[in-house]
Amino acid sequence: MTSSRANPETLSALDRPNSYIGKVVPRPNLDRLMQGRGLYVSDLELPRMAHVVFVRSPHAHAKIVGIDAGAARSMPGVIAIVTGEEFASVITPWVGVLSHLKGLKSAPQHAIAIGRVCWQGEAVAAVVATGRAVAEDAAEMVSVEYEELEAVTDMRTALDPQVPVIHSSLGDNLAFERNLDAGPVDAAFAGSDEIVEADFVFGRHTGVTLEPRAVVADWNVAETRLTIYQGTQAPHMVQNIAALHLGLEESQVRVVCKDVGGSFGIKVHIYADEMATYALSKLLRRPIKFVADRVESFNTDIHARDHRCWGRIGVKRDGTIMAFEIDDLTGIGPYSMYPRTSAIEANQVVNLVGGPYKTKNYRARARVVFQNKNVMCQYRSVGHPIACSVTEGLVDLAASRIGMDPLEVRRRNLIADDAYPCASPSGLRFELLSHHAALNKLTAMMNYDALRAEQAALRKKNVHRGIGIASFIEVTNPSAAFYGVGGARISSQDGVTVRLDAQGAVICQTSITEQGQGSESLTAQIVGSVLGVSMARVRVILGDTDQTPYGGGTWASRGAGIGGEAALQAAKILRKNILDVAAAILQSAPTELDIANDAVVKASDGTARIELRELARIVYFRPDTLPPGIQPELMATRHFVPRNYPFAFTNGVQASWLEVDTDTGFVKLLRHWVVEDCGTLINPQLVDEQIRGGVVQGLGAALFEKCIYDERGQLTNANMADYLVPMSGEMPDIDVGHVVSPTAETELGAKGAGEAGTAGAAAAVANAVNDALKPFGAIITEIPLTPQVVLTALRRI
Amino acid sequence: MTAPLPISLHVNGERVDAQVLPRLNLADFLREQLKLTGTHVGCEHGVCGACTVRMNGEIVRSCLMLAVQTHGATVETIEGLSDSGEITDLQAAFRDRNALQCGFCTPGMLMAAQDLLKQESEPDRERIREHLAGNYCRCTGYQAIVDAVKTTARARRGRKP
Repeated sequence: MTSSRANPETLSALDRPNSYIGKVVPRPNLDRLMQGRGLYVSDLELPRMAHVVFVRSPHAHAKIVGIDAGAARSMPGVIAIVTGEEFASVITPWVGVLSHLKGLKSAPQHAIAIGRVCWQGEAVAAVVATGRAVAEDAAEMVSVEYEELEAVTDMRTALDPQVPVIHSSLGDNLAFERNLDAGPVDAAFAGSDEIVEADFVFGRHTGVTLEPRAVVADWNVAETRLTIYQGTQAPHMVQNIAALHLGLEESQVRVVCKDVGGSFGIKVHIYADEMATYALSKLLRRPIKFVADRVESFNTDIHARDHRCWGRIGVKRDGTIMAFEIDDLTGIGPYSMYPRTSAIEANQVVNLVGGPYKTKNYRARARVVFQNKNVMCQYRSVGHPIACSVTEGLVDLAASRIGMDPLEVRRRNLIADDAYPCASPSGLRFELLSHHAALNKLTAMMNYDALRAEQAALRKKNVHRGIGIASFIEVTNPSAAFYGVGGARISSQDGVTVRLDAQGAVICQTSITEQGQGSESLTAQIVGSVLGVSMARVRVILGDTDQTPYGGGTWASRGAGIGGEAALQAAKILRKNILDVAAAILQSAPTELDIANDAVVKASDGTARIELRELARIVYFRPDTLPPGIQPELMATRHFVPRNYPFAFTNGVQASWLEVDTDTGFVKLLRHWVVEDCGTLINPQLVDEQIRGGVVQGLGAALFEKCIYDERGQLTNANMADYLVPMSGEMPDIDVGHVVSPTAETELGAKGAGEAGTAGAAAAVANAVNDALKPFGAIITEIPLTPQVVLTALRRI
Repeated sequence: MTAPLPISLHVNGERVDAQVLPRLNLADFLREQLKLTGTHVGCEHGVCGACTVRMNGEIVRSCLMLAVQTHGATVETIEGLSDSGEITDLQAAFRDRNALQCGFCTPGMLMAAQDLLKQESEPDRERIREHLAGNYCRCTGYQAIVDAVKTTARARRGRKP
């Protein structure tokens, strides 16, 4: 591991004896999940709980002429059937815009459609019954008369004058446009020896969390309080939104989040059917459960990507990149999602293209259009795979044009490792990145020269293998610049409370959440290390707005960097408080004491003075024996939000080694390498597994995953058999390496790692496929790289 | 055919007598009537493998079985395999290797992995990947799972005389 920590000799609060930082330790509480004793929302049952099933539109765009629920209403077990108009008295509509995304517009969206449906799968009625199967039976008996309207499906024509405007009040189908012009772009292209351009096409895909979205809403009319059990990444955001639209105070809403069966950004948004479920509980005064089935998941979980991006690059014969220019188009469905909006991904594409490179000349346009398909919004690695694939695709095309090795062109253009701090043409501020160190490490790990030799030897045998490289930057640790400045009540700060209990164990409440990333583990590792307490004696509580400090949750690679720093600072305060009490008990000075192995010890030689268990006993049960004037505080809270940098950028590089069967068009992944730099590694194993999981999601997008719509806006593969996700048999082993450049913004030094894998995987694969197909003169700039796409490029079909 | 039918079976070693609708699938029976919520429902059409349980010694997709088909059968779920200690070593290997993240696929994954380990003592990585190909995991990327199964196979071989 390469460490660029300036002063390795300096002992921080974390570099203590028996520190858990940087160690591979098992996550707490895995036994619960492995024994089938977790508690996912889909497992939850409450007294008097009823189930809701939604009647959903079969049309992409239609007027609702009438709804006849008479037959369904009379079925045994049916409790209520509620339509859009009836919800209006309980819950208000919303508009998914933020003020910092200038010009972004959207139309009011209702919990249940009123008068018109705008995508196939939009709910038109809620059927509540004593059991789910009964509700499903009744939903089939609800008769809805539609008058079909012309559907806007192709984003390329969505802005044409002859195409219907989906929301007439908005005037057109343009949700958002951003233009950026930095540096003398025209002059830079004029001064280039070669200019290469391409159209990059990205399939619409989705997250496919293995547990579908699920919520149980429990309005207690006597308490006038709503408890929402939901698999969400952001409990306080859900609390705010539910209260706002149900006409409640936030104190009247509690959000509880136990185990979550996968999130990946799918479960960080507010969905209309979830809002309807909250409203139904209030309306019917009983707990209501909604669990999406798999078809509903495909039709209503946010989709992502679906971009068409033209790009060009200017390059000198010596390999110097002169300029980038892009024109990106994306279709987001009929509404901008709430509350994070659906303009963020295109905005990120504009921000991130060219990000790893030195050139300051960059022009970009991004347009976001409405269409009659399912809503689109932020999914893991928002915008990054688009920006990375466009940038790295163009760099490889340029290298190929001037006859330079892809590694060499990157070496000549990546921002130098000693050039920081610096800024990108789009205004991103980089504190400290390590592109060259990462690239050098990667080429050593993959044995680049040997692979090139193997590739050449195999080509003579008509075996076509390719190497693809992709450098990238990743947005992590977002400050209020992401959402807060635009008016969204989405916290960018997080809080942690730590307390010593009466037996000397530690209870830790954090506002970050757990969906498998290891939030519990990293919190316990940090708190245990700072306090000198064994991890087995640290219990972490998260996912409950009644129990934890206020905070953002876990998304945008922020848990470790922001929540981890809050944990560190809270533990430091508790440590000081413990030592103050210990000094009083031991008639010593706090500076002469330390805590190690669950006991207060003499700092000079580590001999045990008093066990924490005994100290806690005295504080809680015999405070009368403490000296006068001592009031122990064995509980401490600290919050943290980054203030110096809006985002902590990280960087990394990936490489793919694969084989293309030029007869069948199948791509076989042979090996994948990643080197990334997330700063301080709290638990290297957890970071590696975040990277691997992220890579495989990116590989899914590269090769398989696509929501296939027909021209009428019908999703034709809304099931797990037809929508392909990566399976174990076709995934390669993935080697992960690290460069460590801690952020100086925090004492912890951790940056995010959750999205790095997804950011560059597809770009590396696409470049490798083009490398493999070089002898055929075929260039592909479209994903997923299905056999059909490959064979078409080879002109075999 | 819509009236409940009586069934009698053994689940995790306990005798169960129940009245079930003919259309009730085994996954819903286990989860909703027996409250064995460790068996998860991911796709409800036999693709994802999250609902994998063992019936008469063979692994099956409980979302594709009807509860009435289990009359007279022996069914084992993740709760049963955990309590009997049959997969304690496999679970420990998953823990040490962080072979689970959200954990939703894990009960089914453990069921499928144990099925392989019972049949073969020396599965290589490719064989493990092939056997687990019917169990989707969206979090891990599978490598850690393959590692944990391989480690368990090696340890079990070492224990045999």
